[in-house]
Amino acid sequence: MMTNKTLELYFHIPFCVRKCLYCDFLSAPADEATKSRYMEALVRETQEKAKVCTDYTVTSVFFGGGTPSVVNPQALAKVLNTAKACFRFTKDAEITMEMNPGTVNADSLSVYKEAGINRISIGLQSTNDRYLEKLGRIHNFETFLKTYEAVRKAGFTNVNIDLMGALPGQSLAEYEADVKTVLELNPEHLSVYSLMIEEGTPFGDRLEQNKLEPPEEELEREMYWRAHELLTKAGYEHYEISNYAKPGFACRHNVGYWKRISYLGLGLGASSLMENRRYQNEKSLSTYLQNPLATSEEAETLSGQEQMEETMFLGLRMLEGVSRKEFAETYAIDMDTVYKNVLDRNERDGLLENVEDRVRLTPRGMDISNYVMAQFLKD
Amino acid sequence: MASVDQSKIRNFSIVAHIDHGKSTLADRIIEQTGLLTSREMQAQVLDNMDLERERGITIKAQAVRTVYRAKDGEEYIFNLIDTPGHVDFNYEVSRSLAACDGAILVVDAAQGIEAQTLANVYLALDHDLDVFPVINKIDLPSAEPQRVIDEIEDVIGLEAQDAPLISAKNGIGIEEVLEKIVEKIPAPKGDPNAPLSALIFDSLYDSYKGVIIFCRIMEGTVKKGTKIKMMATGAKEEVVEVGYFGAGQFIPCEELSAGMVGYITASIKNVKDTAVGDTVTDAENPCKEPLPGYKKVQSMVYCGLYPADGAKYPDLRDALEKLQLNDASLNYEPETSIALGFGFRCGFLGLLHLEIIQERLEREYNLDLVTTAPGVIYKVYKTNGEMIELTNPSNLPDPSVIEHMEEPIVTAEIMVTSEFIGSIMELCQERRGRYLGMEYIEGTRALLKYELPLNEIIYDFFDALKSRSRGYASFDYDIKGYEPSSLVKLDILINREEVDALSFIVHADSAYERGRKMCEKLKDEIPRHLFEIPIQAAVGGKIIARETVKAMRKDVLAKCYGGDISRKKKLLEKQKEGKKRMRQVGNVEIPQQAFMSVLKLDDDK
Repeated sequence: MMTNKTLELYFHIPFCVRKCLYCDFLSAPADEATKSRYMEALVRETQEKAKVCTDYTVTSVFFGGGTPSVVNPQALAKVLNTAKACFRFTKDAEITMEMNPGTVNADSLSVYKEAGINRISIGLQSTNDRYLEKLGRIHNFETFLKTYEAVRKAGFTNVNIDLMGALPGQSLAEYEADVKTVLELNPEHLSVYSLMIEEGTPFGDRLEQNKLEPPEEELEREMYWRAHELLTKAGYEHYEISNYAKPGFACRHNVGYWKRISYLGLGLGASSLMENRRYQNEKSLSTYLQNPLATSEEAETLSGQEQMEETMFLGLRMLEGVSRKEFAETYAIDMDTVYKNVLDRNERDGLLENVEDRVRLTPRGMDISNYVMAQFLKD
Repeated sequence: MASVDQSKIRNFSIVAHIDHGKSTLADRIIEQTGLLTSREMQAQVLDNMDLERERGITIKAQAVRTVYRAKDGEEYIFNLIDTPGHVDFNYEVSRSLAACDGAILVVDAAQGIEAQTLANVYLALDHDLDVFPVINKIDLPSAEPQRVIDEIEDVIGLEAQDAPLISAKNGIGIEEVLEKIVEKIPAPKGDPNAPLSALIFDSLYDSYKGVIIFCRIMEGTVKKGTKIKMMATGAKEEVVEVGYFGAGQFIPCEELSAGMVGYITASIKNVKDTAVGDTVTDAENPCKEPLPGYKKVQSMVYCGLYPADGAKYPDLRDALEKLQLNDASLNYEPETSIALGFGFRCGFLGLLHLEIIQERLEREYNLDLVTTAPGVIYKVYKTNGEMIELTNPSNLPDPSVIEHMEEPIVTAEIMVTSEFIGSIMELCQERRGRYLGMEYIEGTRALLKYELPLNEIIYDFFDALKSRSRGYASFDYDIKGYEPSSLVKLDILINREEVDALSFIVHADSAYERGRKMCEKLKDEIPRHLFEIPIQAAVGGKIIARETVKAMRKDVLAKCYGGDISRKKKLLEKQKEGKKRMRQVGNVEIPQQAFMSVLKLDDDK
């Protein structure tokens, strides 16, 4: 019997020109030979894994990294074409590719377009060259503008820009200027998030040695809500804690993560959620190149309880919140039966609110969403 | 075996400052008297509890009997009675010494005399023991045996020129020590036919034999079937077995007679009935009066012990019950704290004793504990003439009905090298010490004498002493008695609610300082909540210090990389786990750590 389940594909490209100082993603510079071997392995993995996904239809594809635009455009096109050949795709599938300013040109962009990429996500982070340098980015604002222009010229009509706030030393006025400058470019989508300093990164080390001063929580929240104000006024919908889009342009792929649509992660260290099993691909490049089907650890099969937890803590990242009706349909039990205490408590504390059949975070709840979400985990 | 020649018995103990090599020498004596092969030797035979070994101190007095063939061709029975090496157990030391006829003083050839050396040797001399010195660790590069010999003669007044120079660790000079024991320690006296009197110097609970009494027979004879009576506690039982102490085992024998050291079992269920220092006599033919020196052991330090997990209360009760079977100086009674739930107020001989019990509960009984600030017993005199002994600050009566309060005072001796005299005197001043005097010992070291309130030294005095003398100061104290003092109860209010488990009694002059430090510390320990939390210190309803835990402003994962949900979940789980280790007081969650951290308020800030 053929069912028709929805599937998202994620391709991880673990290469970049140079690591940014805050980056803790699985990514590093590599030579052309390694990149090309990697892309071949990715093709093989795609072909193999497609064999067990025959009853799925792909609605979105995401090339993330690293910087997917640092590999040969033809090699990337080949991976996408392989996927299209091996999986069933919906006609209007959203196919996103991340890129960094200065790593594309008219030729490469036309290859991407030709292959079927229809959404571009550009990592800008700041319009201020001083901060770009501090972050260890490979580009300045001028380079970004050229790339953005080229992307538009190549005919891409769904473009996201990543913008980062709460940078060490950054003032509210500087951040506001960033947001306004980006708005003038009129992208369809904006990812607006605060710098997170992770252990094991150069920034993490500096923080430990007290050589880096992240902004006070108060200022960080001011930035967050100031961006919210400017963006919503400009007609963007705030649909996820850190994401804004013009109507109809919310990133379907990412929304899928929050709604627990099945996704197959391909490539080094990529995570998957298939049939309520979570697993992660091999994280060592040499092992992956030898065997692109290797996984890094035991798959975790989610219990009913864990699935419900995820539905809550992932779903609450969406501003629309979680639907009681959908919850009941999925789990055959009412959300209020399972989470009565948590829901009551957080409503009373002004962190959650009910809109029609949905429960969602209030603005205050968004500020401290981890605090709210943690309460949905089992004791 | 029935008739042991008293002249061939030597009952002795070894006294020393901690780490001067007492246990190692004991091992060598046991080894060289040939009762055990080297293979049988545990590293330190006398210290048979793991915990003791780790801490390098001996907690419970124990005894061992060995046989030595001396150069005169005769066989001598040595009863070596080990003494606990810490001031908390001073009374037990004194009873062990009372069971001996002589003592070996071990002094480290590099360190020389220390505070405990003096305290212990004076205790031995007080018991009219014949003491001979031994200079240990002569193989150390820094050893100065002659200096130490002179020091012993000058400071203690003991003849030391012919002291054996030994290295217990490397087995050097042990033979000489054994000969000295025969020569210098007097043989016991006592009439085997007189009415029985035996001194209890320790006891041990065994689940098969019941209580095993460790005793020294002073007069008379005891054997299986003798109906015995403990003169202080009044307990009576028929003797089931008598015997002596092999290394690490009990060896039954026919009888124990005057001059001998050994054990008695008599189906006694609780060590409380066989108090250290009590006299065992024959119930049918009792001695005229008990042996001198018996004291009821009194707890000096009290604190609340609570299970971290409230459901483990019965487990904690059972564990305390079991520990008490073997430790008459531990006492406890149930109490309830609003903040911590059900627990016990426990009394200890001192802070070390407290720490040992706490560690044993955690280690041997797998309990996770929350401990409240340790305090001493205050005497509260009320206006109606009544006096109460206060062990829990929460029970302090309303100030309006208090006439005055008294606190325990100790006489302390601190041995320190002259360069640190200034900083140690400063420390003692800060702790409300009263200077009594100072004696110089061979130019570079001094013995400082102070009277100090006990409640000033139970917290972190020892740590402070060590850190201000780079580890060189040593310290010993004796309880002097109670004195009137200006004491107040310091209360801590969290979000305007008094947290009973954080209250403590403090001298009025230190209240402000302590209150301020408590608030600062708690501010760091209590996580941000949805609302602002005032932390206040108050004396008699008057706020003397305040800090604020600001309301939670931000707790959000900005960028959440979609695919890697496990990582996000781990973060949330960690957050949730942290909450489990909290105690709810009013609507504030206080981490268990907060209750403990205020015990150690950093002094050198």
